Order: sequence, then structure tokens, then C-alpha cells
Amino acid sequence: MSTAVTTAAVETAGAGHRYGDFWALRECTLALPAGSVTAVVGPNGAGKTTLLNLLVGLLPSSEGSLKVAGEQPSTEPDFLARVGFVAQDCPLYKEFSVADLLRFGQAMNPNWDGELARDRLLAAEVPLDRRAGRLSGGQRAQVALALALAKRPQVLLLDEPLASLDPLARRDFLKTLLGSAAATGMTVVMSSHLVGDLARVCDHLVVIRDGRVRLAGELDQILSEHVLVSGAPDQTARLPGDVQVLSETHHERHTTLLVRTPRPLLNPALTTAPVDLEELVLAYLERPR
Amino acid sequence: MLDFRVDTSSGLAPYAQVVQQVKQALRLGWLQPGDKLPTVHEVAASVAINPNTVQKAYKELELAGLVVGRPGAGTFVARSLSQSTPASLALLSRRLERWIAAARAAGLDDDGIMDVVQATMRRAQAQDIA
Repeated sequence: MSTAVTTAAVETAGAGHRYGDFWALRECTLALPAGSVTAVVGPNGAGKTTLLNLLVGLLPSSEGSLKVAGEQPSTEPDFLARVGFVAQDCPLYKEFSVADLLRFGQAMNPNWDGELARDRLLAAEVPLDRRAGRLSGGQRAQVALALALAKRPQVLLLDEPLASLDPLARRDFLKTLLGSAAATGMTVVMSSHLVGDLARVCDHLVVIRDGRVRLAGELDQILSEHVLVSGAPDQTARLPGDVQVLSETHHERHTTLLVRTPRPLLNPALTTAPVDLEELVLAYLERPR
Repeated sequence: MLDFRVDTSSGLAPYAQVVQQVKQALRLGWLQPGDKLPTVHEVAASVAINPNTVQKAYKELELAGLVVGRPGAGTFVARSLSQSTPASLALLSRRLERWIAAARAAGLDDDGIMDVVQATMRRAQAQDIA
């Protein structure tokens, strides 16, 4: 991951999608290295689903270009074989049993690893003879994930996979997801409006609001560049020119700023403190463009 | 197995948190030379931590000479950070427990206790330098 030249498994350049004259996503430029786990974060309606649908070839791009697993997203079987997708709410055919779904996947996919899917579902204690409509939310998510993983995709895209899961089911889901990522080296991109688990789950972060990417990059880099600065107002007003102020709170005798700075601030009259990831994401989401 | 944790609110990069936790285990003697660290896959699958984070932490520990990666075999502790024997560590923590009890009896809360410890350590360091 730390090597300078990593091939991007997901690359977009000024990509966007327009519904009539409404731009759901605009000028989206990203480069996500192979093997990375990226969280796409933003409020509902921000453009997360649009981005994922563009990446998986379900929507055509209205501007710019995209490359996923080395190819332009499309509905070609060659492309679809390399990409796994778990849609929002993990839709499954309700009348099918889990075993039926596995057989169906086998018939539809050339590189299907049915044994892997079955083992995973047994490990997650999902009853294979149960109809999909009768599974719990956590079980449904495990089935949707197992089906996507059985394709052995190079890139796995997941739309809000955690949203409807309770904390226990969420942790089980993440164990399966990250365990598979570790075993196969696949690239993972998942959207989420929950920020809580992200620091342990992802290594790259994309923050979207109103159809625009507000922040994108490697998580370690993002955390090291952002800091809370407190001090007397006359001191906090005199930060170096390349320090970007994201939010400020004024108190009676001191001011606290959340800033993005390319290097550590050395002014002894200021105290600095690390910033909570959740706070940082919220600062970008609350900020007017 | 080591139970790695990643705290969202620490502001510290996740890999650095894992490095810290391994170093702490080395200092406290929980990990000894020759011990095998859990594989990246084991950590990801059992405690749901990003595999790249664990990989990066192990690489950093290897650069620091604390662990060695043996291809195909795993990552092993190369060196201890324990500054004392288990017996004297146990003695020190028993004395500290008595001191903490005295501090509580004097009306200090946890933050108050940490303030005294940190201020005293700073003063001791300043005396060492002088």
C-alpha cells in the first residue's frame, strides 16, 4: 500500500451523471489503488448510489470517464465477471431458498466458487434451505455478500451494506468482508452514512455531498493533515496562508479551529489536538462549498 | 490472540494504533521473542480490522526491528521491549495500586491522578536533564 506506484483498480476523471437537468454527481475524480478498502460517505441523496451505479455500469456517465478493474464499466459479460455488486437493502428473490440462489449463481457465472459461498454461509449459520424472504436482515446481508464473493470479483462494490444491520450483524458482516479482502486482495468500495466503524474498516475515504466530492484520499494522510487548533483569537487569526480553516468555534477567551494543514503547526501560542474522524467528516458535510 | 482495537476518536492513524498495541504487549511481556503474531487474514476475519492497516503496522514493526516476517510462515516477535522482569513489574503495579488508593482517598478522580503522574514525570525529567 505504501509503494509509490500502485495500479488504480477504480479510476474516475471528471465523471458525472445527469437526470434531466439535475446533476446527481459532477466532476468526480478518484483513484483507488488495487487492494484498497474505500468508504464513500455522505448523507442520503448525496450521490453515493449514483457513483456506485456508474462504477458497476448500471448507469451511463454523462461526463468524464471511468475505469474499473482496467475497463470502462458496461454490461458486457467480461466486465461483469470482474465486478461484484451488493445493492442497497440486499435484494434477493424472496421465493428462492438460499440453496436455489447458489445454484442460480452457479448457472449464471463462469468463475463461480460455490464451495466458498456455501462454506461462508454455513460459517455464518445461515440455513441453506430457508427461503430468502424469511431470512433476518443480517442473514440476507450475509447471503448477498456470499453471492457477490462467489464470483471472485476483482472489485467489489457495496451500496449501504451496513445500514439496516444491528451492531452484531454489522460486525459479522465486516468480518466476512474484510477476511475475504485479506484472502483475495480484491478492491472494496462501500458506501455508508454511518461513520462509526469506518476507521477500522477502510483505508481510503471519499466524502460526497450534493453530488460533489468534498474530500478524497488515504485515511492515514487525511488524519495526519487535519488538526484542532485552539488559542487566543489574535493567534488563531494568523495561521500560515496554506492552512485551510474548515470550521471555527469562538469561546469567551479562545477560539478553536478545525484546519487542514500540509505540515505540523509550530506556533507555541497554539495548542493542537487530533481530530475525531466522525467530527472531521461532519465538518466537510456541513461546510458550504 | 491479541485483541487489536481501532479507536475512531483517537485521531491517530489506525495502523499507528495497532503498532502501539503491539509495543504495549511487548513492554508488558504479553508477547515474548519467538511468539507468532496473528496473520493479517486472521485479524481481518476475527476482529474486522482493515487488512491493509494491519499489514502497514506489521511493516512498521519490522522496520523497527521488533518483529520479523518469514514468508509463508508468518510474523514473529524478534525482540522484547520488556524493561524489567515479570516479578518486578508485578511488584511495581502493586505499589502503584496502593498509591492510587491513597490518591482516591485524598479525593482525586482519574483525571486528577493522571495530572499528578504527568506533572511529576515532567518534573523528574527536568531534574534528570539539569
